[in-house]
Amino acid sequence: MNIIESTATPVMSTGQVFNAYVQEARAEVLRYLRLPGFLLPTMLFPSVFYLMFGIILAHQNSPDGARFLLASYGTFGVMAPGLFGFGVSLAIDREHGLLTLKRALPMPPGAYLVGKMCMALMMASVVTTLMLCLARFGGGVQLSAGQAATFFVTEVLGVLAFCSLGLLLGTLAKGQSAPGLVNLVYLPMAFLSGLWFPLSVMPKFIQAIAPLWPAYHLDQLALSAIGMGQGGEWIHVVALAAFTAGFLTLAARRLARHG
Amino acid sequence: MSQDTCIARLEGVHKRYGAVTALDGINLTIHRGELLALLGPNGAGKTTSISLLLGLHRADQGTVSLFGKDPQDIEARRRIGVMLQSANLPPTLKVRELIRVTASYYPNPRSVAECATIAGITDLLDRRYVALSGGQQRRVQFAMALAGNPELLFLDEPTVGLDLSARQALWASIRSLVASGSSVVLTTHYLEEAEALADRVCVIARGRVISEGTVDALRAHVSVRRIRCLTSVPAETIAAWPEVDTASQQQGHMVIATQHAEAVVRRLLAIDADLAELEVQRAGLAEAFTEITRDSEAANAAQEAA
Repeated sequence: MNIIESTATPVMSTGQVFNAYVQEARAEVLRYLRLPGFLLPTMLFPSVFYLMFGIILAHQNSPDGARFLLASYGTFGVMAPGLFGFGVSLAIDREHGLLTLKRALPMPPGAYLVGKMCMALMMASVVTTLMLCLARFGGGVQLSAGQAATFFVTEVLGVLAFCSLGLLLGTLAKGQSAPGLVNLVYLPMAFLSGLWFPLSVMPKFIQAIAPLWPAYHLDQLALSAIGMGQGGEWIHVVALAAFTAGFLTLAARRLARHG
Repeated sequence: MSQDTCIARLEGVHKRYGAVTALDGINLTIHRGELLALLGPNGAGKTTSISLLLGLHRADQGTVSLFGKDPQDIEARRRIGVMLQSANLPPTLKVRELIRVTASYYPNPRSVAECATIAGITDLLDRRYVALSGGQQRRVQFAMALAGNPELLFLDEPTVGLDLSARQALWASIRSLVASGSSVVLTTHYLEEAEALADRVCVIARGRVISEGTVDALRAHVSVRRIRCLTSVPAETIAAWPEVDTASQQQGHMVIATQHAEAVVRRLLAIDADLAELEVQRAGLAEAFTEITRDSEAANAAQEAA
């Protein structure tokens, strides 16, 4: 090694590295906050569905309908920011060469994903808050402060499982084909996990395979949070954590190979 | 130039993509303070060379080093700035935000204002990226490339798609950066860009450096010179002379390409006493480039035939 090559490399302080993460997250959040085409559907779909099916229609059927469906549509609502926020935006960044540029730049390796994660967590918070308000003031669902807080934390953290699934989908599809692929996973999974119709009214076979879908486990946890659970919460937590880790590992492997 | 000033190098690097050989044992060194232009036809291996030096891909064989480290080491990349050929930036972000997030990756970044001044985009800082023209977007990408106050800048086809005035403005910015001590690696297929900027030119074809040197040295490779004049001697007559490669009328002038300019001029003057506006020029980089690539293709064909 010669003299110049070995001269002292400039060092990033911990504060500077932290700032890089903050700036990346900030840019990612701003980028999508200014994109009504992403923001509005993500917020409005679950809330309008809940308003129609959970509050207006379910109210006439059973007193607990609005409460039960709060968990279903709340879960449906946090799936979108994870799946679309990661899947579609990763696919677009890959197609547009933005990911390549970021890999060439000295961006701290985790900052890109942490940025998108912050975006998804923020969107999940907004959607969950919206659903809680609709349930309380529209559906007259009585929740204790503890229940509401547990529900909020469950749904918001639950988005992480869908972030990692979205990430995996984003490595499989490129650009324009990504929304289609994501919908192909999003909508059937919502249906098969009993988010649109309760599993109890579904065929036995669909009930039996429900534990295969992460959305099913998040729905069960959300139900527990608002006092309608069937127990066994830790199984669902472990299942969600396993899904998250599994998807993440597969996605990381694909990203390392294909960039 | 001495070994001690080398800041990046490719040494005997091979890289294949499937059945395509992108790099075939290329050797390339980049020295401190110089502007190196990588010149070559599309698919010659320019972009692959750059992407190896940026750590985007790994070489199949050979050594790639950036400031004495593996380019995949983030510490090495903290000393470089990058402008890629095909990067669409987030359309909804403002120019200021794009520069700020890029600067945050570096230990001693330039301020946003300083980047904007050098790249000539101070009036665009609060505009959204999507609202800019192609030329303005390239200048924003250039501002981002220098945001980290890098010692070495990689500019991959920086002026593709720019009009002449935008191109010259970007050239001026690049020159002022080099004057302040940065090194630049530039890929281009515009010869006048290399001619206008480069201290050193490497011509790459089929994954190898086939010629390397200053612009002048490269031009001197080519023995052809061009004679222009006004003469009544018909082009067919001149073209028939043994010393002459080609002769033709272009916009009223006779243009003659030859390797023996003195002999041809002497003969012309002897038969045409009214000859006027005589000019003799060494061929431009464009001719040099054509000749070098043709020579190496001929050599290659001979090798394959053997």
